[in-house]
Amino acid sequence: MQQMQTAEAGLQSIPALLARNATAFGTRTAYREKEFGIWQSWSWAEAAREIRDLALGFLVLGVERGDHVAIIGRNRPAHYWSMIAAQMCGAVPVPLYQDAVADEMAYVLGNCAARFVICGDQEQVDKVLEVGDRAPEVRHIIYTDKRGMRKYDHSRMNALADVQAEGRAAEQRLGAELDARTSGLGYDDTCVMLYTSGTTGKPKGVVLSNRNIIETSKNSASFDSLNEREEVLAYLPMAWVGDFIFSVGQAYSAGFTVNCPESAQTMMTDLREIGPSYFFAPPRVFEGQLTSVMIRMEDAGRLKRWMFRHAMELARRVGPAILEGRPVGALDRLRYALGNVLIFGPLKNTLGYSRIRVGYTAGEAIGPEIFSFYRSLGINLKQLYGQTEASVFITQQPDGAVKPDTVGVPSPGVELKIAESGEVFYRSPGTFVEYFQNPESTASTKDAEGWVATGDAGFFEEDSGQLRIIDRAKDVGRMSDGRMFAPKYVENKLKFYPNILEAVVFGAGRDFCTAFINIDLTAVGNWAERNNIAYASYQELAGHPQVYAMIRQHVQEVNASVAQDPMLSGCQIGRFLVLHKELDPDDGEMTRTRKVRRGVIADKYADLIAALYDGSRNVFTETEVTYEDGRKGRIRATLTIEDAQVVSPALHHVKAKGIAA
Amino acid sequence: MIATPATEFATDGRRIGPVLMDLRNITLRFGGVVAIKDISFDIREGEIRAIIGPNGAGKSSMLNVISGFYVPQEGEIWFEGKKRPPMKPYEVARLGLARTFQNIALFDGMSVLDNIMTGRLNRMKAPLWSQAIWWGRAEREEVENREQVEKIIDFLEIQNIRKTPVGRLPYGLKKRVELARALAAEPRILLLDEPMAGMNVEEKEDMCRFILDLNDEFGTTIALIEHDMGVVMDLSDRVVVMDYGRKIGDGTPDEVRANPEVISAYLGVSQE
Repeated sequence: MQQMQTAEAGLQSIPALLARNATAFGTRTAYREKEFGIWQSWSWAEAAREIRDLALGFLVLGVERGDHVAIIGRNRPAHYWSMIAAQMCGAVPVPLYQDAVADEMAYVLGNCAARFVICGDQEQVDKVLEVGDRAPEVRHIIYTDKRGMRKYDHSRMNALADVQAEGRAAEQRLGAELDARTSGLGYDDTCVMLYTSGTTGKPKGVVLSNRNIIETSKNSASFDSLNEREEVLAYLPMAWVGDFIFSVGQAYSAGFTVNCPESAQTMMTDLREIGPSYFFAPPRVFEGQLTSVMIRMEDAGRLKRWMFRHAMELARRVGPAILEGRPVGALDRLRYALGNVLIFGPLKNTLGYSRIRVGYTAGEAIGPEIFSFYRSLGINLKQLYGQTEASVFITQQPDGAVKPDTVGVPSPGVELKIAESGEVFYRSPGTFVEYFQNPESTASTKDAEGWVATGDAGFFEEDSGQLRIIDRAKDVGRMSDGRMFAPKYVENKLKFYPNILEAVVFGAGRDFCTAFINIDLTAVGNWAERNNIAYASYQELAGHPQVYAMIRQHVQEVNASVAQDPMLSGCQIGRFLVLHKELDPDDGEMTRTRKVRRGVIADKYADLIAALYDGSRNVFTETEVTYEDGRKGRIRATLTIEDAQVVSPALHHVKAKGIAA
Repeated sequence: MIATPATEFATDGRRIGPVLMDLRNITLRFGGVVAIKDISFDIREGEIRAIIGPNGAGKSSMLNVISGFYVPQEGEIWFEGKKRPPMKPYEVARLGLARTFQNIALFDGMSVLDNIMTGRLNRMKAPLWSQAIWWGRAEREEVENREQVEKIIDFLEIQNIRKTPVGRLPYGLKKRVELARALAAEPRILLLDEPMAGMNVEEKEDMCRFILDLNDEFGTTIALIEHDMGVVMDLSDRVVVMDYGRKIGDGTPDEVRANPEVISAYLGVSQE
């Protein structure tokens, strides 16, 4: 790779990018992982060596071209290396969600006929063994953490470090074979296969080619001018397309550093220590951080509270303008600089955002209050819109044109169109190749010209030209009188209240809308403590009359705000109940990415929905729950149903006064 | 010494070594009260040895005898083939015994990390002046010890509370920190006084897994007192049963479970 020309032409796979980085950024840090309390690091050259050893080890074990290699574990350098090593052997990495239960795992392992499985630890190995006959192709298990593994039958099992050692020893024997396989990788070969979270039905394997990943990574990295000096924290599930793009695609194409936290529980501390310059988090992470800041501020002394309040008022007024480089008065600038020294700087440091240059959120709508809180601190938080089938990027917000309720302009190279039904379609270099062994689904999602249906309904805002998403296209329905019903629109407004964790709104084909509410135990528990409300369990707190009164207040405020939108004013909530348990992916009520599964919930809680519409004051229910270890139990509860005041559109301007939507 | 083969294997392939500690005819009195009456048993290298019995049976006294806190009026304690003279607890600790307490005994104001570091005290030999300016030997020792402590923190999965003051932790985690501190001493025998007392089911399961794992991974010999019969029977290789200061049973969990005296004393006589 002496000349730029040949270099660019040769960079048609992730392993090729790795070789480029090992030469171009040899001594720069590629990976960091906190272990034994210290950040251990590997340079690009060292990482390339580790990956090569691992790839040779795979060859020793008999990994063939086109094999699927499943990876199940938390974000660790060794797991990322496994994916690249598999690619070097011509195999396809398939990262899986590590909190998937054995049944879910059985389906995916069976579907892709994985022959090799990389497991993070004993827990994952146990699950793969439990799957047993349901994934008959599994030939060998490789585990990263040796702990507790000594007693296992090792005839079809190895520690990852041992595989690497064997690979190192086989360099002479298999080096040429490995080089041949790696150099044979083309732009249209499969780079990775990722399973969709499956809001509907069984998960589908999305096949993404090297072209998809590399083109998208290059385009999106140039959009935000990412370079080799960025630092990212890899903490989101490896099975999620976003992590693959951020921690592999962009990291390899721009050559920046990927930092892996010590454990899932230490993520916040590690975030602070690393201070990433490029950061992605789903809205709930930002919400959680804001909630914890607010709770801690309430416990602070008077002087600090006063300073915080004043500084935040100033920040809300001038912060976003300063961030976007718009004109701001000299006095305000001075005050903001002072605030930066006293409040914003230390606060950003506590949150781990001192060095952040580009921050993204996506997946769900983010509350406008939360969004502007971060932006007013000077954190360049933006929104993007994407999906697995697009290799993430469909639209993203450019610097200086950021709004809380839109998702931005089309990403470089992406074409967008909106169908008559309101559904958003896109076409891009990142558009997936196909669903694995599922031509019918592929054909129904992607048409002959390459246009893909997102399944979301949206429109372009006239003044800003940015895309705004209303809801899932199939969830958008009509009420009995023909008014538009968009549940997510209302749910998001409800979820912007810190006390409400989750909401599910019903109303398609009905006279009025109703809602299930999940309280946020942290926020409501704290509130209960402050107000001397005693409770013994989640269930008791959820059913407390004062909690109900508070939630009703929120619902009515949302109703007033919904009434302002003439198109969607029918979506106001007439009756609601507070659920006695948290909706949980383990019970199948949500996807692993925490999206509500409406169908499942409607079936499971049919009795509650019936009660919401038949006018009863309370309802007895019994629900099956799954514990973390997979055992099942039942919980019983009598739930209260309450009415909420609905605002008629004609009156809304009086009622809605002073309510932030 | 009792004639046992030097090495035998437990059912799951773990190595059980020769006798590490042998207690012979121990009698302990407090004035006129006989807490322990002529009890003999041994602890072998690499095994998990449980002492069970109803309340007031003398289990904790027995543990205190082993740890050197009580000196028995009669009987001998042999450790690694040598008779152990009456010793102060800190001397016993230097011999390689570490323990946890039924009522947690940690330094509440100190961080988890510092608490565990205290378990390494016996391994810090640097002179005071060196420790005061943290240079030379003291620095080297601190680094070595910290490394060991970090391995234990990793093993017990308490990375996220490393810097948290112990006083702020919930009960189950404090128990885990106590275990960590005892482990930090790299003991020949680890004494656990009711490690699961007051824990919920999930915490108990975690603790069981840690005890089994550390025995498996490091080959640590463990002597434990426990109330929870299910836990004892699942965990231990051999069980000593005490009642009113006497030993009424000794053997594998299955043998003990079948012992009629044990059944009547501890589990209650079946009425059927």
